[in-house]
Amino acid sequence: MAIIISIPTALRQFTAGNSQIEVEAATAGEALQHLTSQHAGLRPHLFDDRNELRSFVNVYVNDDDVRHQSGQQTPVKDGDTMMIVPSIAGGVASEAEVETTLPSLSNEEIARYSRHLIMPEVGMAGQQKLKAASVLMIGTGGLGAPVGMYLAAAGIGRLGIVDFDVVEASNLQRQIIHGTADIGRPKIASARDRLRDINPHIEIETHETRLTSQNALPLFSNYDLVVDGTDNFPTRYLVNDACVLTGKPNVYGSIFRFEGHASVFWATKGACYRCLYPEPPPPGLVPSCAEGGVLGVLPGIVGAIQAAETIKLVLGAKDTLINRLLVFDAWQMKFRDFKLRKDPNCPVCGENPTVKELIDYEEFCGLRAQPQAEPDALEEVTATELKRRLDDGQNVQVIDVREPFEYEIARIPETKLIPLNQVVARMNEIDPSRDTVVHCKAGVRSAKAIASLKRAGFPGKLINLKGGITAWSDEVDPSVAKY
Amino acid sequence: MLYLEDNQRREIVAHGERDYPYECCGLLLGSFESEGVKIAREVYPISNAREEAAKRNRFLIRPEEFSRGERQAEARGLQVVGFYHSHPNHPAVPSQYDLEHAWPVYSYIVVSVQAGVAAELRSWEMELDRTRFVEEEISVSFQAAQA
Repeated sequence: MAIIISIPTALRQFTAGNSQIEVEAATAGEALQHLTSQHAGLRPHLFDDRNELRSFVNVYVNDDDVRHQSGQQTPVKDGDTMMIVPSIAGGVASEAEVETTLPSLSNEEIARYSRHLIMPEVGMAGQQKLKAASVLMIGTGGLGAPVGMYLAAAGIGRLGIVDFDVVEASNLQRQIIHGTADIGRPKIASARDRLRDINPHIEIETHETRLTSQNALPLFSNYDLVVDGTDNFPTRYLVNDACVLTGKPNVYGSIFRFEGHASVFWATKGACYRCLYPEPPPPGLVPSCAEGGVLGVLPGIVGAIQAAETIKLVLGAKDTLINRLLVFDAWQMKFRDFKLRKDPNCPVCGENPTVKELIDYEEFCGLRAQPQAEPDALEEVTATELKRRLDDGQNVQVIDVREPFEYEIARIPETKLIPLNQVVARMNEIDPSRDTVVHCKAGVRSAKAIASLKRAGFPGKLINLKGGITAWSDEVDPSVAKY
Repeated sequence: MLYLEDNQRREIVAHGERDYPYECCGLLLGSFESEGVKIAREVYPISNAREEAAKRNRFLIRPEEFSRGERQAEARGLQVVGFYHSHPNHPAVPSQYDLEHAWPVYSYIVVSVQAGVAAELRSWEMELDRTRFVEEEISVSFQAAQA
């Protein structure tokens, strides 16, 4: 079947000046093969060394791009016309995009990554891209554990980890990068050892520091991607804004109780975290995992999703979580997928951004103590001071506003249990003539209970136990279990 | 040899400065003469199709835009003879990336824009064996040359 191929002006010297060449072929690919075997000089300008059509060369059959059809398999029939059209790409060299500069793999690495290498979606070029990639993980906790372990195993060439915490027993229920022998060690050291053991072929860079508005930008600009494994709002907004300002993708995950969220916030391609949540929730409204608990395996699932998205972004995969929020409920065992849109009015990535540098995120999230004393300012007592008052025989009663199952795990002696959601209804059980210290696990719910009681008109004096039963265990009685 | 009139040069320079710190790009419409001589008759600016962040170091003319430019050229008896783009804060020398995405014969004009001001404009042609770009002489006026 005769097909007419139009030859672009620039390439006509290879077809003896002819602007049209007629070939017999059943597919577009076959037509190109015939064309380039008849006119060999054309070949290097249409195909690369690996015999693939050059990325800037576009082939049209009757005005339709074959990439939108079956590629080179697109069938052609008698009388069809084909056009070869360049798209023009170029510009200042960026190392990462020039494939010839990708690092090669040793035989050991080839053996290690063989299950990747045999998949066309990864292949040698993809594995080299992973080796050339650099990823910064914020946190080596519940999410950071699987993220780090899978990214190290996958052969991400340079992995930066940021953490300043110390491994505690209560971490081990979910933070599987750390072990029992690591309790008391800096998380960063424990994580580094585990990652090195998983893959000695990669570079691990440790940053034992709290992420701040001062260090975030220089830190982020040194990596290709950032993975957010943080557990609090100020850091989450900080990570988002620093990613927007440095143009880096933010591979996001968050977890609470049985529910996990994951997304990719990349302002140059879609929504950022602030497009989804312009303002942080009021302080204390959303409890942390330390307050509300979390199913240990949940960060394993969400962190593995983050690791998968990170790898896909490096490989240049199309269907990522950009502009999508994936919500996973482990109790119902259901995934849901929500569409996100970039907000043109977003204060950081919108058309007229008002946030052009990093701000004070503690203050932004309402966590900075107000300097002026408010009339109903919360009165607090430390665990040590409470112990002294009780020992002195002062007239103090202690109300525990946690849930009964928490009371089963650990309790302060001689306290009365009234869970937070019953505290107003059972107000008459609290003697207003005595000083009342209210406590929970860490001090957030008890502060709420005090606010509710005051609003309900409770006449007695209410004092919050700072740091809750956790502080009691730390400061007064280590035999009280921490959970 | 590329003939490029002063007003066309000014248009390219202005486009490069206007789009700084991003790269600008466009087509050169004109005619192919004998012995590798090209005459630019018109400058055809194109909006840079890449996303914001990538615009600083990449430009892209989509095939549809190329075809549209080519049709417009043909309607006036012209052809696409080359392309221009800017290198913000980089010299007017084609990069390795440029080389991998080029065809021979066309003129590739690169204008260097330093801190918002065009510094230098040079034209390049790729060797037939794709190994490198060779600088191409720019002559101001075809009419002047003939006179």
